[in-house]
Amino acid sequence: MKIDRRQFFKVAGWGAAAGVTAMNVVGRFGSGGRAQAFESMETPETVKAKQFAMVVDMSKFKTKDDIQKVIYACHHTHNVPNWGNPKDEVKWIWTDTYKHVFPGQESPFLDEAFKEMPFLVMCNHCDHPACTRVCPTKATFKRPDGIVMMDYHRCIGCRFCMAACPFGARSFNWRDPRLALNMNDLNMEYPTRTKGVVEKCTFCDERIAQGKQPACVEAAPAGGLVFGDIDDPNSDVRKALARTYTIRRKPELGTGPNIYYVIGGGETNAG
Amino acid sequence: MYNGGKIIIGLAIFLGIATLPFFSNIGTAVKRPEPSLDTPVIKEVQAQLGRKDVCVEPKAFMQANHMRLLNEWRDSALRQNKRLYISSDGRKFTISLQNTCMHCHSNKKEFCDRCHNYMAVKPYCWDCHIAPKERGGQS
Repeated sequence: MKIDRRQFFKVAGWGAAAGVTAMNVVGRFGSGGRAQAFESMETPETVKAKQFAMVVDMSKFKTKDDIQKVIYACHHTHNVPNWGNPKDEVKWIWTDTYKHVFPGQESPFLDEAFKEMPFLVMCNHCDHPACTRVCPTKATFKRPDGIVMMDYHRCIGCRFCMAACPFGARSFNWRDPRLALNMNDLNMEYPTRTKGVVEKCTFCDERIAQGKQPACVEAAPAGGLVFGDIDDPNSDVRKALARTYTIRRKPELGTGPNIYYVIGGGETNAG
Repeated sequence: MYNGGKIIIGLAIFLGIATLPFFSNIGTAVKRPEPSLDTPVIKEVQAQLGRKDVCVEPKAFMQANHMRLLNEWRDSALRQNKRLYISSDGRKFTISLQNTCMHCHSNKKEFCDRCHNYMAVKPYCWDCHIAPKERGGQS
């Protein structure tokens, strides 16, 4: 049988139309449409904000113990393993020295007290986070309330985010974190992580949904850590920022970090 | 055929070994798994509501679609921060595998594992989420 060009197009056209129709029909009925519409809402007690931020007032932390309490509160609440070596280390909130926290701002004549001061550092929940831009799976993303969130279900462990973050706020689970956790002393209401995912501070998103403050804020001495909405002029954070001079880590990089530091200058750290 | 006898004997032995599992299981049907709903919390809720079917959605739906519901729950809580589930009968539940599902189903081994083992599916929930059995000791 011989067909001419016109006939060929006719047959091909009808065939394509039939195929598209069949695919639609199968799509509608074949996958057995959802029996139930899933309905969910935000918890009414959720703390609302446009951009969460924190002020770390180092003058309020008088002893090493004050700082250890804060780190313990966070790491215990979130089942963060303690490997005891820097290679495997997983950290959500930790301390570092002035020259590492504020590189470029150190000077040879910096007061000894500042040089050795253990500055509390954590994820900066940046306005323009570099980590979320490089994440190939959107496992890390910025929420409308400003939290840079982690979805461990999606994390494929590529560690691009760790390379992108200028603050070292992200840790990779090289090994099963449960091997370094005391399984008798877990927070049973929070998961652990698994080998091969990146983790970090999430500003206690699970506590914010319950109307609570982050765990570190609760464990800190009064006024040591102030948490709130930086977009709200009446928030505690804005009041703390209005009271005194604060600096941020590496603002020149343009990520817009949202952790503000009161270095001292108060009566306690002056000398 | 060279060595025909040996080849046929060899084939027979091979077939015998390869099909051994089928023959050895003839007549012994593996029992259908029965996930247990016998936990204190479930009994309490059943007494409270005065009915047997007390899960977040009807039993038939949960049997067929629990994995889909869990996926929806995960995305709702984690990606949209919507952590309150409204069930089809209007009840509200906190969206949490570890704190809501496993609060009632505190018997993972008799509930989740029975079907999952039978079907040879290995969901990786428990790589991160802490199973209730692990309470008070290493799993």
